[in-house]
Amino acid sequence: MNSRYIAWAVGLAALVALPFVYREPYHLHILVLILIWSFAYTAWSIMGRFGLVSLGHGGFMGVGAYVTALLWNHLGVSPWIGIPISMVAAGVLALIVAYPCFRFRITGHYFVLVTLALSGIVLQVITATRDYTGGSLGYTPNRAPSGKGLLALQFDDKTTWYLIALGVWVLGLLVWRWVDRSMSRYAMEAISEDEDAAAAAGVNVTAEKLKITLISALMTALAGALYCQYQMFISPDTVSGIAVSLQMVFAVIVGGLYVSLGPTVGAIITIMLAEVLRIGFGTKAVGWDNLVYGVLLVIFIIFLPKGILGSVLDRLKTQPKPSGTK
Amino acid sequence: MQGFLDIFDIYLLEAVVNGILLGGVLALLALGLNLIFGVIDVTWICYAELVMIGMYGMYYMVQVFGLPYWVAAPFAILLVAALGAALHYIVIAPLLTAPPINQLLATGGVLFILQSFATVAFGIDFRNLGIRLPVLAIGEMHFSYSRLLAFAAALIGMLAIYFFMKRTYTGTAIRAVAQDRQIMSLMGVDTKRIYIITSALGGALAGLAACLLVLQYDVHPFVGLSFGPITFLICVLGGLGNFVGGFIAAFVFAQIISLGGLFSDLEWGYVLAFAFFIVMMFIRPAGLFARRS
Repeated sequence: MNSRYIAWAVGLAALVALPFVYREPYHLHILVLILIWSFAYTAWSIMGRFGLVSLGHGGFMGVGAYVTALLWNHLGVSPWIGIPISMVAAGVLALIVAYPCFRFRITGHYFVLVTLALSGIVLQVITATRDYTGGSLGYTPNRAPSGKGLLALQFDDKTTWYLIALGVWVLGLLVWRWVDRSMSRYAMEAISEDEDAAAAAGVNVTAEKLKITLISALMTALAGALYCQYQMFISPDTVSGIAVSLQMVFAVIVGGLYVSLGPTVGAIITIMLAEVLRIGFGTKAVGWDNLVYGVLLVIFIIFLPKGILGSVLDRLKTQPKPSGTK
Repeated sequence: MQGFLDIFDIYLLEAVVNGILLGGVLALLALGLNLIFGVIDVTWICYAELVMIGMYGMYYMVQVFGLPYWVAAPFAILLVAALGAALHYIVIAPLLTAPPINQLLATGGVLFILQSFATVAFGIDFRNLGIRLPVLAIGEMHFSYSRLLAFAAALIGMLAIYFFMKRTYTGTAIRAVAQDRQIMSLMGVDTKRIYIITSALGGALAGLAACLLVLQYDVHPFVGLSFGPITFLICVLGGLGNFVGGFIAAFVFAQIISLGGLFSDLEWGYVLAFAFFIVMMFIRPAGLFARRS
């Protein structure tokens, strides 16, 4: 066990030291994107691994990004306060949708369809309020006056962003680990096997599911807000809607749903894939990356449902994993 | 004030009638989705994208190859029916024994494929048939013929499915499989064949919807997103697999969208429909007309 901690510490130290040694801006940019999306994918997998397949996370991400940016542009609220507010907003949205779902046992297909509609609706709201949000043309947070960058959470420096993204990514892994080691995990696994049996065994089914959903939604909103602050441009298609939700599912399934670093592996693969296609095909690449995503997603679900990292770890261990692919 | 009220009432009535007309097409979409869910126990997330492909099919046949609308429509329906059968054969069939969520996510992958295929192949321009049907004026109300046509054709399509299911051997077999999968294969019904036929039927309904929607809306690769989510809400509210529930829920939602759109933008109509849906979930969680299991 000790050697594992040492490996983690060494790996982390290397990641922290990286931007001070290696300063190629493009590569750092890709790394920041990978870290932010890894965090979002990890947030999804916290729910997804227990069979709570949500396609509403695009909605939570959109709320995180847009609420933060709107508060800054229209009311001058610093993202330091705006991000927590946006997270609360996403959390409230998650509770409003999830509570009736869980209370009245809307599971499986029904839950997926309801959350799918949620992300569609968030997209519609952003488009409909185009007077404030810029609609489908996208939205840019106002540049902070010079010297106020810290207040506005706007940094031109890639190294700063890299360290922020790294910190958030580690936070995501810690939350994953915390859930993995908590009683909630056993409760949620019982629920995903059989809700009635879990309830009979004394598990508060609704409360446990809500807790996991809330954690996941808050993290996703944070990822959306950070993405907005880093890119300084958001559009309904890049941070909300069904496509983003499906992209999360795709990355997590490709990487591996039941292992902590699975979503990260998924993010590395998807973002590298998108970049390679973009560089290889140039502007002709519009649409191609999603085409490849889609084909890979179908192939992975049919042939490798545990994902790349999950399957590799299984081979290494060859011991049965406690995983219901439900 | 009196004059204002008069105008208001006429707009209101017009919106109500338009809502009923919209409900026909939504009911058609919900029927296709319900049929597939009821028989194969799979939800096609990419259902609205099949409609989008059908709309492009219509666009190319009518605008590029110059076929008349009435000739192109059957081909478009056949095209989407073939797509539905292919979707089942290639994606769903290998996953029939997998957990249901995996099947659903695989069709999510197909959604990606169809959307980006359309982007790559057809570009992101908005295209339309260029057919302008006249507008019917009753008093001060205006209804476009394309909507009336869509409503009538949707009803005929649904009746055709109803009689197919009730009067033919295959239809009876489909209903039997929907009731009990295991037993029917023991009784000598070829479930594989029934699944393919059902998928093709679901595709055909999407194709019919495509022929009707293309008269009213421009087609672009993401057009599915504008009525896909609402179709899912309708199916859940009506109870997945429940044909009558889906039919009624479609008209309820169409009214909300149409009346909501009267007071504000159409997008707000959708938002209102979603809010209504959330409220309904508190009141009738298993759908409007929950079947007792």
